[in-house]
Amino acid sequence: MPAKTKFEIKMGASTREAFGRTLVELGRENKDVVVVDADLSKSTMTTYFAKEFPERFFSCGIAEANMVGVGAGLAMVGKIPFVASFSVFVMNKGFEQMRIGAAYGRSNLKVVGTHSGITIGEDGPSQMSIEEISLACSLAGFVVLAPADENSTKALVRAAAAYDGPVFIRCGRPKAPVVYGTDQKFEIGKSVEVAAGRDITLIANGLLVAQALLAADLLDAEGVSARVIDMHTVKPLDRDAISRAASETGAIVVAEEHLVDGGLGVRVAQAVAETNPCAMEFVGIHNRYAESGNPDEMLEKYGLAARDIAAAARKVLGRKR
Amino acid sequence: MPRRAVLESYFHMAKSIAELEDIAKRVRRDIVEMITAAKSGHPGGSLSAVEIVVELYFNHMRIDPANPKWVDRDRFILSKGHAAPVLYSVMAERGYADTPKDKLNTLRQFGSVFQGHPDMRFIPSLEASTGSLGQGLSLGLGMALGARLDGRPSRFFVMLGDGEIQEGQIWEAAMAAPFHKADNLVAIVDNNRIQLDGFVADIMAIDPVAEKWRQFGWHTLEIAGNDFAAVQGALAEAAATKGKPTCIVAHTIKGKGVSFMENNPKFHGVAPTQDELKLALQELN
Repeated sequence: MPAKTKFEIKMGASTREAFGRTLVELGRENKDVVVVDADLSKSTMTTYFAKEFPERFFSCGIAEANMVGVGAGLAMVGKIPFVASFSVFVMNKGFEQMRIGAAYGRSNLKVVGTHSGITIGEDGPSQMSIEEISLACSLAGFVVLAPADENSTKALVRAAAAYDGPVFIRCGRPKAPVVYGTDQKFEIGKSVEVAAGRDITLIANGLLVAQALLAADLLDAEGVSARVIDMHTVKPLDRDAISRAASETGAIVVAEEHLVDGGLGVRVAQAVAETNPCAMEFVGIHNRYAESGNPDEMLEKYGLAARDIAAAARKVLGRKR
Repeated sequence: MPRRAVLESYFHMAKSIAELEDIAKRVRRDIVEMITAAKSGHPGGSLSAVEIVVELYFNHMRIDPANPKWVDRDRFILSKGHAAPVLYSVMAERGYADTPKDKLNTLRQFGSVFQGHPDMRFIPSLEASTGSLGQGLSLGLGMALGARLDGRPSRFFVMLGDGEIQEGQIWEAAMAAPFHKADNLVAIVDNNRIQLDGFVADIMAIDPVAEKWRQFGWHTLEIAGNDFAAVQGALAEAAATKGKPTCIVAHTIKGKGVSFMENNPKFHGVAPTQDELKLALQELN
């Protein structure tokens, strides 16, 4: 657990870049790792794998439903297939195929959605995925991961490959602020406390972990001690950490780059309600679509920046029993 | 599995057409009996597919029911999962331990392994859980690509309904299989011309079916799908075809074998009554 030092933004690689690099390492270590692609390898970064292992890279063209089905079929003959596209395409156009082929069919499929959330920026809302955590969590038996930075992505992609069962991994387009050193250990289903605190808990994942750390610093300046938890696994949820946070700090803010409907916040709230009910606030996208713009502009306008998390914290502290 | 056992199992399988006809008749009786007992299900598209599924499981596929997870086996995917009764009956007849023949009449009942649509959780010897149309060909293609990568001899057979190929995903997979030169993959269209709401030509016309597959790059055959000799010839031709997948457009008769069900859209998805069952069994004697 890091001591309370001010969090400084230092940009690392994007989580999609970390995914692509890790995939190549996995390919070298295990010949059963294969990739199925739908014409976005240069964006999802599976292109590195394609270059080194062309015989294990299956292009499906712009056809996500078939891509997911082919991936599930590969898993059924013992391969460890990664299918990748923008989150918005693979989840929305491949959902039925994940349900039948991977969830109900119990196959060892790994689905990676890149360009998640609204920080993809300039391409605009048709390319922005703000629903996929909700959808992925509704697939029975799926593990759902949303890593925060380069090092956590590397570790979690490895954990996903080692795990026997279907996994969805949410990655982003822009460079991600560095949250972790290379020595941090990650386990599916076990959250990481990235900052200690006793007055309130900020729970986030993906790019909003860095924003939550910045928010904790804003609160610290006001004399509020905020715990920050990286809930990189949305399913299965780390209920112990949530229950502890609820009982020890008595107030929780959940922040995610996703619709508040059905996302991390809703799932954390369920765990809180079932364990130690406490006051909660939710930072996320509320019932609307975003627009073109750069990642920082997006976070600011749509209420996902550090100041928004801090504001939510002040609000919930007022209601704390 | 030792090579000798494989060969014995293979030669044990070889059946004459007369023997196959007998098996087909038993399977048809099973189908109408179990759907009548269940009081729901899809008799028409189960009966139309009998010769193809029997030929695959009794003659053509390299399988060993005593060792259903044999890694080099051939695999069958019933993409038109609502025809589950034909598959259940054929697997039971073929001796798979997880499809007990004396339990066929528990079809669709609570606690039965014979779920309404094929479900691997209940019958591990199945190769895929299906029932949502349009998905089986993609699964079969993935399996075929994986097996080829490992240098395995396995071949993959996917049965599609003619109504089912209205699903867009079928054509995504139809495009991809020839691109990947998946010659270990065979698509079989059970072209019985009827879907739930009526005749395929009236719901969403798909003709010329064979020409579509040919244009997508498949080695494409059209056969009389309720004729064992024709089915055998087509499967042999598929096995000999290299460099591209084969599509067999099997012209079949919906409800084949039961006069009042033949070509009758009503029996796509309606169970026979007890009286109708009696009549059907008389015809299938």
